[in-house]
Amino acid sequence: MYSIRTYVKVSSLEEAYELNQKKMNTILGGGLWLRLGKKNIQTAIDLSGLGLDQITEDETAFFISAMVSLRQLEIHPGIDTYTGGAVKESLRHIVGVQMRNCATVGGSIYGRFGFSDPLCCLLGLDCEVELYQAGRIPLAEFVKMKKDNDILVQVILKKTDRKAVYLSQRNSATDFPVVSCALSKGAAGNYAVIGARPCMPVIVEDREGLLERGEEGWKTFAEKVQQEVAFADNTRASGAYRRHVAGVLVRRGAKALWGGAEECR
Amino acid sequence: MQITMKLNGKPVTADIAPDMTLLQFVRSQGCYSVKCGCETTNCGLCTLWMDGKPVLSCSVPAARADGHEIVTLEGCQEEAAEFGAFLADQGAEQCGYCSPGFIMNVLALFREYEDPTEEEIKEYLAGNLCRCSGYEGQLRAIRAYMAHKKGGESK
Repeated sequence: MYSIRTYVKVSSLEEAYELNQKKMNTILGGGLWLRLGKKNIQTAIDLSGLGLDQITEDETAFFISAMVSLRQLEIHPGIDTYTGGAVKESLRHIVGVQMRNCATVGGSIYGRFGFSDPLCCLLGLDCEVELYQAGRIPLAEFVKMKKDNDILVQVILKKTDRKAVYLSQRNSATDFPVVSCALSKGAAGNYAVIGARPCMPVIVEDREGLLERGEEGWKTFAEKVQQEVAFADNTRASGAYRRHVAGVLVRRGAKALWGGAEECR
Repeated sequence: MQITMKLNGKPVTADIAPDMTLLQFVRSQGCYSVKCGCETTNCGLCTLWMDGKPVLSCSVPAARADGHEIVTLEGCQEEAAEFGAFLADQGAEQCGYCSPGFIMNVLALFREYEDPTEEEIKEYLAGNLCRCSGYEGQLRAIRAYMAHKKGGESK
């Protein structure tokens, strides 16, 4: 469990940003991952008073504020329809409803956790993050950036032609994924996202158009993923096991997205 | 620091340490049904409702609950006892340790879903661990409770 010297419910993002410039200060998301550590926090910065718990929508995008809970995102009917159930699929296996009512989108995405199901899934869609100082950045770029003292204000899920499916493998229900996978299809290119390797998700682009070529193409692309992506061991699984499962998930996802298979879970 | 919240229908104001959890706070107020069972944020024993939604109180800072409405099992005893009787009838309870958190989440389930399917029930309750049973008794109790609520067979 962490310790906190001072707790500040900030009244503006500016105040939060200023406080967050000190190394000993920390922004609280849902506090779930943080609770598992032993961090000594000088000032805990709570954004929960800023009204950042809403999902809004216009013709171009869904705007998911940082303090929206994973459960809110999971049961949002517009996002569920728009993403063909992919976002919901990436959330419903995480621990339990009570946990997902606490965990925040901002915490999950800002943390850039390798095990994060929603991070892997959102990388398969056209997403940007909006940071308080740096402004809007594509999510795929954000995951490569070093952690700094900026604040994630919202995730923007753009309404483009991009379609995605999400799949994951777990040793037991509600546990962390052993490997996670999103397949993504769009005019700007097709690709796979592989997460929980166990490190950060990576994108494998299909430059050869394999995914458009039916079963043989899906198989070849799955082999390409297995060759190109680095997998490692941890207590949940070996790298070799992850590599094998990733191949299966890529084939299943491709079948769902390009072959019209309904069942891909 | 000082916080004020509505706890089981009554306004409560208290001085707390900045790193106190909501779990510790409600227990300091006498709500001993709320317990910490795992230390790893996944057993569901510490479930209570914050503004009507089930949350893991072991992970919510008490300071964040300032100005909000909290309900524990102590605050919905009639409803809890009604469902609890169905649990007992099915012999679902063995040690009973996980029951308060489980009951809070079952009641939350029925606030969110009028007529949940088997899959919805299992998914909603997946975050409540019981180490005595295989959950079959609990599921039977839920089905019997639903039938009773629909005005069908009595318990």
